[in-house]
Amino acid sequence: MSEEFKLEIVNPEKSFLSKEDVTEVLVPAYEGDMGILKDHISIISFLKPGILKVFSKSGEDKYYVEDGIIEFKDNTLSILTSSIFSLDKIDRSYVSQSLSDTEKLLSKEDLDDQSRFLISQKIDVLKSINSN
Amino acid sequence: MASLDDLKKRILSVKSTQKITKAMKMVAAAKLKRAQENAEKGRPYSEKMNNIILNLSNGISDKENAPKLLAGTGNDKVHLCVVLTSDRGLCGGFNSNIIKKAKAYFSKITSEGKNLKIITVGSKGYDQLKRQYNDKIVNKISFKESKNINFFDAEKVSKIIIESFQKNEFDVCTIFYNKFKNVITQIPQAQQIIPLKSSETGNDNEKDNYEFEPEEDEILGNLLPKNISTQIFKAMLENSASEQGSRMSAMDNATRNAGEMVDKLTIQYNRSRQAAITKELIEIISGAESL
Repeated sequence: MSEEFKLEIVNPEKSFLSKEDVTEVLVPAYEGDMGILKDHISIISFLKPGILKVFSKSGEDKYYVEDGIIEFKDNTLSILTSSIFSLDKIDRSYVSQSLSDTEKLLSKEDLDDQSRFLISQKIDVLKSINSN
Repeated sequence: MASLDDLKKRILSVKSTQKITKAMKMVAAAKLKRAQENAEKGRPYSEKMNNIILNLSNGISDKENAPKLLAGTGNDKVHLCVVLTSDRGLCGGFNSNIIKKAKAYFSKITSEGKNLKIITVGSKGYDQLKRQYNDKIVNKISFKESKNINFFDAEKVSKIIIESFQKNEFDVCTIFYNKFKNVITQIPQAQQIIPLKSSETGNDNEKDNYEFEPEEDEILGNLLPKNISTQIFKAMLENSASEQGSRMSAMDNATRNAGEMVDKLTIQYNRSRQAAITKELIEIISGAESL
């Protein structure tokens, strides 16, 4: 009956979140958004800046992540990330600060396509957070 | 023999030293608790990271084309040693233990005719190494300003390491730090981070079939630099817990020694006071007798 699996989000400093009753997680994976349900095949992937959505019985939680690695194995989803913020509690000033910093980065000339893609991705997400 | 006044002064000064060491012990104990918590909280991240890397490197089919951070440059000529120490003294044998371990490694490397490069993190390590190895120290980093250990500092260190690796400035990188076991025991560690030593290569009994997105080598290329930051961060956390533990036990000893010294000096003070009184009495009595 159970459609639930375990989710662990860890920071370098601490364990950010640990939940046993997750039904679905939407991750902003490197090659496109990806939904993970129970009994997904083992996978390792990267995150790009985006919104991480966690669905559980108690509702839906949204987080903003900048980078990270995900690993899904034996119905445990581990997310390693150095920067993650809960969307409800995110600091507006941090968002606008980070937005202007990132925009400055984009104006540099010597960017390769990959980092340009990541940066513009980040700007889009930050803007959408800001407009909410 | 010292006069009564001198003894009194000495007792007072030892007592005030004792007060300071006691206060330092208390502060170290409080900080230790926090540092220990941080070290424990940081463990899941580095463990997970290690697991993922292990799984990945097991999955890589041709070792030849593996990223250099994992496989190494194929040479073993230039060794880079990153010595992590504290910025503050008065912490017992904490810094000396790391330095001792590092120096033993240095002399082994140089006797094998290999080149040595040193990066010191923390000012105490630089102070102790500059006399003997000044020409080998390529960089010194200190995080005196940052109050708490944070991941950004670790990333800065790893950036320096990775950049110089990409310029082919060294072949092997080892970090030295103290591993926190408990308050009285800290074990100096030498950990090789480039090329990555997969010490647990034996556990390929459960080989997982992972799906990778993007390809393995791309993931590895991205993950390995992160892993270096993580390892350094872990070392820094362990180090700070060890530093506080070491300081706490050193200051505990100092407080106890000062207490013993105060006792000894007090006895000496009382004896000489008694002797002075007796002498005075004898003088009075013999003066009275001669009348």
